[in-house]
Amino acid sequence: MAKKKTPQINSSSTADIAFLLLCYFLMTTTMGDQSGLQRRLPPIPDPNQKQEDVKVNRRNIIIVKINSADKLFAGNEAIDVAFLKDKIKEFLSNPKDDPNLPEKEMKEIEGKMYPVSKGVISLQNDRGTSYQAYIAVQNELVKAVNELRDEYCMQNYGKKFLFISEDEQNIVKKVIPQNISEAEPKDVGKKR
Amino acid sequence: MSKFGGSNSKKDVPGISSGSLSDIVFMLLFFFMVTTQLRETENKVVVKLPEATEVVKLERKDLSANINIGTPVRHLQAMFGTDARIQLNDSFKTVDDIRDFIAAERDAMSEADRSYMTVNLRVDEDVRMGIVSDVKQELRRCSALKIMYAARKTGVQ
Repeated sequence: MAKKKTPQINSSSTADIAFLLLCYFLMTTTMGDQSGLQRRLPPIPDPNQKQEDVKVNRRNIIIVKINSADKLFAGNEAIDVAFLKDKIKEFLSNPKDDPNLPEKEMKEIEGKMYPVSKGVISLQNDRGTSYQAYIAVQNELVKAVNELRDEYCMQNYGKKFLFISEDEQNIVKKVIPQNISEAEPKDVGKKR
Repeated sequence: MSKFGGSNSKKDVPGISSGSLSDIVFMLLFFFMVTTQLRETENKVVVKLPEATEVVKLERKDLSANINIGTPVRHLQAMFGTDARIQLNDSFKTVDDIRDFIAAERDAMSEADRSYMTVNLRVDEDVRMGIVSDVKQELRRCSALKIMYAARKTGVQ
């Protein structure tokens, strides 16, 4: 029986292939990816400029406080971190138009009118608060806003916030703003 | 009949030895290993980042300035104690040095990018907020308002 000779595969280029792969991974990997919670600090008020008193209605503000023992207070009552998100969501969305929760204002965004909550979350902390507790609370606040945005998008666009177009995202960001004010640090309780 | 059979009309051309290919590859590999910078600064403080679920990625790493806050690493504790310290670039600094640090970082950036500078606060989870508040106030004074609280991403609980 005549056996057909199969030609040998030239293996001298395997090194090149391996090298190309190596180059590809070298280029695409990012070392030590940084991630975190992004915030914008309020600018320092100009001392020369007369401070206009921005009267914020009592119902439009919720004070979230973390004391030096990492105990959390939201709107003058002690609360667990696990329940903070729901409280904030209720505060920002005000589904039943409760007169004790923030009022809504019709705002024009991209030519259309939307009801925008005037609610502001004021986050206060003590010098003795641990950073871990602070970030946990910050995370819950962001989560509340993100979930509200997601719910809004599901209702209006049928998709989650991440999957809608950038223009639509910008509209939603304005309809449900992330109004977190990091107040000037206060010294309540003992120093460390 | 020749040893290899088949081709007998043509003169045999000696094949190029591929044995040195791997050497070339390794030389290139070493070149890249030497030229790529893994980490610009050495960590002098221990930073164990807190965990968060809603993190976003830092888009432009080249436009960020890092401020590390934490307890000094083991072998430096004898000299600097165990209290939380601020590390800028390669050395321990105080809150007052942040102004110069931010100015230097700004200068290193191009004019157009300066407004996009993000200050990446890498703070250990056991640090007290007092020092962080001081840093934040100083950053406000330098009008470096875009900040990021660095955190590790965790899945949904």
